[in-house]
Amino acid sequence: MYKVAIIGSGPAGISAAAHAAALGMSHVLLEKTDHLSDTIFKYQKGKHVMATPANLVLRSDIAFEAGKRETILGIWNRQLRVENPLVPRHEGPVSDFPVNVKFHAEVKAIRGTGDPIPGSVQQIVTRARDGSRSVKEIQRHAPPYAIELTNGEVVMAENVILAIGTQGNPNRLRCPGADLPHVQYQLDDPTEYVDEHIIVIGTGDAGIENARGLAEDPAQRNTVSILNRGTEFPTAKDANVKALLADHEAGKLTIRFESETKAIEPGWITLATRDGEVRIRCDRVIARIGSAPPRAFVEECGIEFTSEDRGAFPKLSPVFESTAPGIFVIGALAGYPLIKHCMNQGYDVIEFINGNTALKPADEPIIAAKFAGLPGKRSTEEWLEFLRANVSILNGMNPLQMREFMLDSEVRFFRAGEVIFERNAPGSSLFGIASGSVAVEVNPADPSITVPIGTGSIFGEVGLISGRRRGATIRAAEDTIVVEISRLAALKLQSQVPAAKKTIEQISIERQLLQMFGSGLTPEDVAPLVAAARVEEKRAGEVVIAEGAEDKDVFIIRRGSMIVEKQIGGRPVFLSYLPAGSYFGEMAAIDGSARTATVKAAIKSEVIRLPGEGFLALLDKRPALRERALKDMAARRATNAFIESRKDSFSSAVDLYSETAQFLVDNGIGEATDVLLINETLCIGCDNCERACADSHDGLSRLDREAGRTYAHLHVPTSCRHCEHPHCMADCPPNAIKRGPDGEVFIDETCIGCGNCQRNCPYGVIRMDAKPPKKPSLLQWMLFGKGPGPGEAPYAWRKKAAEKEGAQKAKQAIKCDMCSGIDGGPACVRACPTGAAIRVSPDKFLTFTKLTEDVE
Amino acid sequence: MASAAKQRRAQAGPGRFSQDERRRDSDHVSFLKHRRFRWLWIALGLSAAAIIGYALIDQEPRPNGGSWYGYTLGTIGLALIVWLSLLGVRKRRITPGAWSLKAWTSAHVYLGLALIVIGTLHTGFQIGWNVHTLAYVLMLLVIASGIYGVIAYATLPPALSANRREMTRAQMLEALGAIDRQLEAAAQPLGRAEADLVIAALGQDPFAGGPLARLTGRYPFCATARALKGLDQVGSADPGAAERVRALLEKRREQLAQIRGALRIRALLEIWLFVHVPLTIALLAALTAHVISVFYYW
Repeated sequence: MYKVAIIGSGPAGISAAAHAAALGMSHVLLEKTDHLSDTIFKYQKGKHVMATPANLVLRSDIAFEAGKRETILGIWNRQLRVENPLVPRHEGPVSDFPVNVKFHAEVKAIRGTGDPIPGSVQQIVTRARDGSRSVKEIQRHAPPYAIELTNGEVVMAENVILAIGTQGNPNRLRCPGADLPHVQYQLDDPTEYVDEHIIVIGTGDAGIENARGLAEDPAQRNTVSILNRGTEFPTAKDANVKALLADHEAGKLTIRFESETKAIEPGWITLATRDGEVRIRCDRVIARIGSAPPRAFVEECGIEFTSEDRGAFPKLSPVFESTAPGIFVIGALAGYPLIKHCMNQGYDVIEFINGNTALKPADEPIIAAKFAGLPGKRSTEEWLEFLRANVSILNGMNPLQMREFMLDSEVRFFRAGEVIFERNAPGSSLFGIASGSVAVEVNPADPSITVPIGTGSIFGEVGLISGRRRGATIRAAEDTIVVEISRLAALKLQSQVPAAKKTIEQISIERQLLQMFGSGLTPEDVAPLVAAARVEEKRAGEVVIAEGAEDKDVFIIRRGSMIVEKQIGGRPVFLSYLPAGSYFGEMAAIDGSARTATVKAAIKSEVIRLPGEGFLALLDKRPALRERALKDMAARRATNAFIESRKDSFSSAVDLYSETAQFLVDNGIGEATDVLLINETLCIGCDNCERACADSHDGLSRLDREAGRTYAHLHVPTSCRHCEHPHCMADCPPNAIKRGPDGEVFIDETCIGCGNCQRNCPYGVIRMDAKPPKKPSLLQWMLFGKGPGPGEAPYAWRKKAAEKEGAQKAKQAIKCDMCSGIDGGPACVRACPTGAAIRVSPDKFLTFTKLTEDVE
Repeated sequence: MASAAKQRRAQAGPGRFSQDERRRDSDHVSFLKHRRFRWLWIALGLSAAAIIGYALIDQEPRPNGGSWYGYTLGTIGLALIVWLSLLGVRKRRITPGAWSLKAWTSAHVYLGLALIVIGTLHTGFQIGWNVHTLAYVLMLLVIASGIYGVIAYATLPPALSANRREMTRAQMLEALGAIDRQLEAAAQPLGRAEADLVIAALGQDPFAGGPLARLTGRYPFCATARALKGLDQVGSADPGAAERVRALLEKRREQLAQIRGALRIRALLEIWLFVHVPLTIALLAALTAHVISVFYYW
């Protein structure tokens, strides 16, 4: 029986194990592979591992600073007294610890062996593909825990630390015969196999690379087939797909489309294909069908998550204890993906288990600094409690959550009259008023008309939800303390505290209604509508209103955007583009007619559905509002009528407009805020835009002019569109991706070069590269031919110049920052000699005049 | 430094968004139409003023570069030429500031054309075999090549775009490489004579061919075309394989045609610069000689 069992030997796990060893606590470190820190072990050779955040103190017995993968693993192996021939031995003095490591120890299940804990029942909700839900209940048992390994061994421990990260386990095949020994989920060395019939399952990058590797050398005489469930390759890189198709055409391997495994037996495999079942020779099956997040396993251990959200984390106490007493969760699985955080938590959790509950977290100085400049002398704890108690949406948080929350948030003090943010300023953060109150200038023409928001409430939620610019200027009405919650912290908060999510939603609906027709409405006016409103999510392309239908509801676009289409002459004609914040569907409600056009989502969107009768009742009460609505309606009718009239006389122009607009929407312009468009009837292909980009940004171009789609000479090059809800922000460990003061999405210098953003960007606009040394000046180049000249230097030059300066810098993610902070605006546009390149916003550009105007 | 600039902009107060908003509302306008032909009107005005001045001002003993009016025109012309030649620097120096290269190009074109009037009037129609006339002729040649450039820029881009068919140059070469790999495998069963034809096609550099081939798009020594012709003449031992190879060669020829098309249009877009820029440098040298000699022999 151990005092503590640590599962997973990543940074969190080894830090905990080393501290347990240092304290002389009885412990075991369980690792499923044959080496430490599998995730870092699998990094490519020589990868530079970064140590952010720089201001966080490292509190661990294990050493860590930024450096090469080999150096870091070498030191850790020495410190844990582990020998591994695949990792270069670190020479030099290190402090090492008698850590009890058990390799090849994959954990299958953890269960309590004590008495049942009364009232402690874990509910596990699983959702099937068809949307049905089933609930499984597990009675929790008290410690000690029996940890069952896949090899049948059982390890007993009083406490368990789960530090398994988020990598998960590979998905397994589920057909009969899937457990046969010739079915494998990994391929280490493709040259190992000769004269075999090999089936690779799955056409993601891993599957494609494996299949190509096995078929690469004809001397191996392997017969390789790769199975694709459909006919497309949605999860693989374009280059991989092209290479695979070329190999298929050259007869090196076979791609079997629309094929799934039905059964596996020694020497044979049965496939279900479009043309029925096929049984073919098969000596080896390599399944590369993705990996399952570890959530199911964690839940089976009796650990509850904060919500059903895919991104949710386990519920934890301030000492990292989960809902299963004695099981602690730390590291990436607990929501801390950075190495330093992980190592600190490993140390802290052992201290907690050892009874030291007074330990202050290592991030104490970072949080203390955030409160330093504020009036009123309060300790960090008092400040956290002050915010938690006063801001209503924070009420449901525990102290650990408050701390984590504060790391991504700021507290600010404003004197009466100071501007907190301006109308049209970009911003996606949410504000909570901890003391004082603010005034919203609802009418841009007359700043004296204001609406107050008081202590405890929030503002800025529209920017958070829609991703668009601020709708009004907000000033402090008196001396006010606000907490500015970053977009990320706000998203986390909503997934952790369902009540907060509900409150934000409620307030945002009310405010959106109030803003809909300008000023003049009061919360009492819209209260019945708010109560009846429903938020609905719409897939890209989903129809919200169908032309000719008789429904009467009115909609407000909460996030995303919509396109309006009408059938004219048997074909859908694009009428207009509606960005978030617009409303639609009011015509049918007001005049009782059938829907005159179809409205569908341009991208994944959210709409607020308001019942038509409620909307009419509001109009009846407020004649001014009715007038405004009628005016808006008349303007929309005029646009539609204009395009319809053109259809008769200029049918081809309308078709071109409609098709070009559809092309732009298909290419993601619907979620863009600022996009580079090149008119190829003007573009002479000089690439001065790319050179200007490189010369304005550290010598690397963030734009690929030639790549990208083209329709009717309108070209969308590979360059950032600064999406309303940037995909790249989804999974950035150091939160280095932010929205800047000009609305640009940019990556700051804390980037650790992990490449997540590059993978998450659907438009391929992020590149990973090392910042090159400075080039000789333009004059030196012009007069003496020194250096590579204007634009991005060729790779060979950059490499050589970097070597001359010493080592090459670490690769980091780089992308367009809209030339923020550079006077004059985007360099690509300024440097275009013919006027082919412009950067525009979609709601301004997707209009009939702009899309049909000729350029000469 | 960048963050300091950012802070400055953040403090700039209202108005900084309106500037951005204007840009986001912009439209594709060509350098010729820039600001409703602003520079065309300026150039026309300048030319008209020069002509009227020439007609009305009584120059004694006769119109000449050495009269006060001649000096005025000469000074304007010299200043224009020096400024126009700085476009090459502007294009490569991406400094901050609210300048646009399109505006520069627009001004370059129209003011450059105005030089025909100003320069000619400056000569007073006195042409001879001397350094002064040399400068004048060089100027006209530079302008002539520039006119070709304007025509090329205004008319060729749609063809460049259509030829590209959404492919980048690297992708075009990759596609050719892929066809070549297939050809190499497919040609294995062929006989010696046929195989030689394919090997010759594969061995030829896709960029082979002189400047003339590049500009005209005609490649009389194209080994791929020759292999296709040869394959028709040589009877094959394995007709199936020969047919596959023929199909692939056909594909290769099409791919080559796209690459050569791109090369041709780009060459047409760039060729004039090989005249325009060296002649500009020669012009600046001749101008220097012209100015010095005028003052020396005053």
